[in-house]
Amino acid sequence: MGDFDFAAIFDNLPFLMEGMKTTLLLTVAAVVGGIVIGTVLAIIRLARVPVLGRLAAAYVNFFRSLPLILVIFWLYFLVPLILGRPVGAFTSVLVAFVLFEAAYYSEIIRAGISSIRSGQVAAARAIGMTYSQTMRFIVLPQAFRAMIPVLLTQAIILFQDTSLVYVVGLKDFLVSAELIANRDQKLIEMFMFVAVVYFTICFAGSMLASRIQRKLST
Amino acid sequence: MQYNWDWGILFRDPYIWWLVDGLKWTLMIAMCAWIIAFFLGSALGIMRTSINPYLRFIGTVYVELFRNVPLLVQLFLWYFVFPELLPEDAGRWVKREMPLPGFTTTVWALGLYTASRVCEQVRSGIEAIGIGQRNAGRAIGLSETKVYIHILLPNAYRIIIAPLTSEFLTIFKNSSLALTIGVIELTAMTRQIEEYTFQGFEAFTAATVIYSLVTFTVMGFMLHLEKRLYVPGMIAAEK
Repeated sequence: MGDFDFAAIFDNLPFLMEGMKTTLLLTVAAVVGGIVIGTVLAIIRLARVPVLGRLAAAYVNFFRSLPLILVIFWLYFLVPLILGRPVGAFTSVLVAFVLFEAAYYSEIIRAGISSIRSGQVAAARAIGMTYSQTMRFIVLPQAFRAMIPVLLTQAIILFQDTSLVYVVGLKDFLVSAELIANRDQKLIEMFMFVAVVYFTICFAGSMLASRIQRKLST
Repeated sequence: MQYNWDWGILFRDPYIWWLVDGLKWTLMIAMCAWIIAFFLGSALGIMRTSINPYLRFIGTVYVELFRNVPLLVQLFLWYFVFPELLPEDAGRWVKREMPLPGFTTTVWALGLYTASRVCEQVRSGIEAIGIGQRNAGRAIGLSETKVYIHILLPNAYRIIIAPLTSEFLTIFKNSSLALTIGVIELTAMTRQIEEYTFQGFEAFTAATVIYSLVTFTVMGFMLHLEKRLYVPGMIAAEK
């Protein structure tokens, strides 16, 4: 342990930063996509749209029963097949994450919407708002405010999950570090560094989430 | 979309046996890791609710450490880094001489990681019971240990059956990470079938169906169990 080579980390920082950029880009895009589709799924389920409601529920349960790695493989195989031309790993991985995370976000958002008291909906309808106006101006703004801590926690989980792009070799933070680790024979330094960086970001994120939680509940 | 369908491939020798073998490893990883996660997680949950501040502190540090590093990174740390930090002989044993190195490492990595999640469930179960039962137990002369064994834990487990089920299913799904260190479990097997036969659609469908079937079977069984074991008056079981 005494000969921990810090230089191996510092010399490769620009390369590692590039990897971190990919990781962050994937996280942000997947969070946004997941929340958008997740909201649609949640509203369809809560509005009890006849057939669509069932389908949305099936979608959520189906994706929640699968390992993320399998979904990544599926889309890595399917997206080029459907489009009829090769696409970069990033595109297919992003599609996989959005589809997968939408199922989890939908459950969070459904719980968030359900927690808004029905009096609010009744009041909005009573003053003449349509269903979509009620959702847009009354329910969703309140629901999302209350959900911020949980959404943030899910984003942290997603941030950690992006490391699984390793299986298709997309050059994210972990893969970049692994490349250097193998090239320079610096496995200890690189993997420790990766762990510390992930820990710092995720720990800070979860501290922030619980602070917001405390603020909202007072 | 150009594609030659051949669903029969899944039932042909040797591919069907590959699937069976893959499922076997997936289940073995999940079960073994679950045993570690359940017992260690329970111990940590007890520590986090204990009246001893040092035990509480250790529990908190464990949970934060294991929860905030991606599982795949943890797996690599155990597989590539941990043996290097050991004394030379022990390190060599872990790396080469230990039986089934990939499998064993995955089981431990997955077990230790999930323990942090089980801990949080056990803690929330114990906290849901409330301070009253704990005080009542102490008042009739039970020791702190006996309060846990006879009052808090039996009730807590019954309240948290649903979250514990989903933790088990998470382990089951996370066992697929083993393929990154060369364990040929179910997902890796289907990948292998795809590479051998170019029938990716069929191969991935097989894995998808198997994962879903196991998940829904376990969920159905546990829902039944939950109904039979629910603690009257506890909201968590009111479903």
